[in-house]
Amino acid sequence: MATQQSRSAARLMMAPAVILLLGWMLVPLIMTLYFSFKKYLPLRGGDLGWVGFDNYVSFVTSSSFWPSIQTTLIIVGGVLVITLVLGVLLAILLDQPMWGQGIVRILVIAPFFVMPTVSALVWKNMFMDPINGILAHLWRFFGAQPVEWLSQASMPSLIIIISWQWLPFATLILLTAIQSLDSEQLEAAEMDGAPVLKRFWFITLPHLSRAITIVILIQTIFLLGIFAEIFVTTGGAFGTRTLSYLIFQRVLESQNIGLGSAGGVYAIILANIVAIFLMRIVGKNLDA
Amino acid sequence: MGQIELKGVTKRFGEVEVIPPLDLKIDEGEFVVFVGPSGCGKSTLLRLIAGLEDVSGGVIEIDGTEATTLPPAKRRLAMVFQSYALYPHMSVKKNIAFPLKMAKTDPKVIEEKVANAASILNLTDYLDRRPGQLSGGQRQRVAIGRAIVREPAAFLFDEPLSNLDAALRVNMRLEISELHQSLGTTMIYVTHDQVEAMTMADKIVVLQAGRIEQVGSPLELYRAPRNRFVAGFIGSPKMNFVEGEEAAKHNAHAIGIRPEHIEVSTTEGLWQGKVGVAEHLGSDTFLHVTTAHGVINVRVGGEMGLRHGDTVWLTPDASQMHRFDAKGLALA
Repeated sequence: MATQQSRSAARLMMAPAVILLLGWMLVPLIMTLYFSFKKYLPLRGGDLGWVGFDNYVSFVTSSSFWPSIQTTLIIVGGVLVITLVLGVLLAILLDQPMWGQGIVRILVIAPFFVMPTVSALVWKNMFMDPINGILAHLWRFFGAQPVEWLSQASMPSLIIIISWQWLPFATLILLTAIQSLDSEQLEAAEMDGAPVLKRFWFITLPHLSRAITIVILIQTIFLLGIFAEIFVTTGGAFGTRTLSYLIFQRVLESQNIGLGSAGGVYAIILANIVAIFLMRIVGKNLDA
Repeated sequence: MGQIELKGVTKRFGEVEVIPPLDLKIDEGEFVVFVGPSGCGKSTLLRLIAGLEDVSGGVIEIDGTEATTLPPAKRRLAMVFQSYALYPHMSVKKNIAFPLKMAKTDPKVIEEKVANAASILNLTDYLDRRPGQLSGGQRQRVAIGRAIVREPAAFLFDEPLSNLDAALRVNMRLEISELHQSLGTTMIYVTHDQVEAMTMADKIVVLQAGRIEQVGSPLELYRAPRNRFVAGFIGSPKMNFVEGEEAAKHNAHAIGIRPEHIEVSTTEGLWQGKVGVAEHLGSDTFLHVTTAHGVINVRVGGEMGLRHGDTVWLTPDASQMHRFDAKGLALA
């Protein structure tokens, strides 16, 4: 955009989008900040005035705060590990020439199209139900006592469900990355005496590093706010209460908007800390 | 070390026979160039020797021992790829050291060999850079360095200069030739550029559609091409072919005269023609002359003041004439 005229035209054309986006972000942010300094109980007297940092203090000192942070991090970490490891393996598998490649690739991506609520319900009722679930039948077939997945192994169950949803995304990004790997590099490594595993370690994996950081970044952003899956399956019980779920409970179940808003501000801070870390790593990786 | 022999080597991709049974012997220390038009199977042949493709039939022997089913790493051959195939995330030093590291060589020895290769190839100042920060010629040298440190029985080059600009290509051509002189290792070099073949080779293998058309030294191929294909492929500008009456005078189906073996005169000669395009290079002048026998390319040493539309007479040098029969084979 060279001329003064085209520059101001560009600004004018972008203005609606920028204003909309800013409004979209700023209004909720300011509302959250506003409520977080108030004692606001809609069903028990409404707006009861300013309370300073009381909400912030009581949110952190609550016995559920640190466990919820821990739960959040375990879910994010667990899902990241599973989706990346399986994603890399699946991407390598899908990159092999085979019959029906197109259909297989669509099938692999399919879980991503299922709404989180629906997929969590499907998992809860069709797979993990201790009486009628497929897994329960499988267990009984081998003469074992069916596992009550969502209560006995609540965290692993949740991680499995969420991983199932996000695996397609990771696979897709990694597959496109793997397809851009120059086959001559692998052949050169083969001639240089690197067996299959070393070729993977020294050539393929470094080539994928950029794609992997992108997957980590995007998934982390979305996984920090995971909600529907918990709401539908355990309802936050059995130690599956994440930070976002705790905020939801404070606002809607305890009807304490001020306390929930303070939690929301903590969530923003947590997300930003993670984002800064990730941007540094990604920035480093994207430069190279 | 470095003798390679192919016996009845065949390659099929599904139903298509890319390389019909082929025999070839490459002697130790030779610089052999596979040359041919695109799709003639020269790269496939190189990949068969390297072990990157499986042969469909026949035997490959390296230094007298059968290597047909050996994996590429075990054949003691090093390859320089067209795209260089450097590892982009490793420094130049690590790139060159990679094959040694894979062979679990002692780190001290690695250090020494890398330094040695780098000094041969003038890469010492660039050892800590990444391939992305190097120019085309430097990348090419890194790829060669990675091949050198393995001390292979033979080097395989797959069109290594085709990604370089013209000036650099001439330089690298010289460098590779010098490298061959100093190392004395067998080298197999694939190219579609006959100039590279002529300038670098001890032995040229001309390929067409997977078949070997002729094997010989550059000058043998230039002086005594076995058929019309070789005659037309080797030499620049291309050989002129004249069929019909003129050829019949020499008891042949077609005669071939190289552009440099035709005398040009503005006053008298055998064939009369009109100058079409005249390319003035200073050292030479290439004339495209339209005659009754078709367009004839002529190369004249030095500058000749001829312009488009001038009438000239051409006289081919009868002693340098090549005669071909109806099948395109050369007549003695």
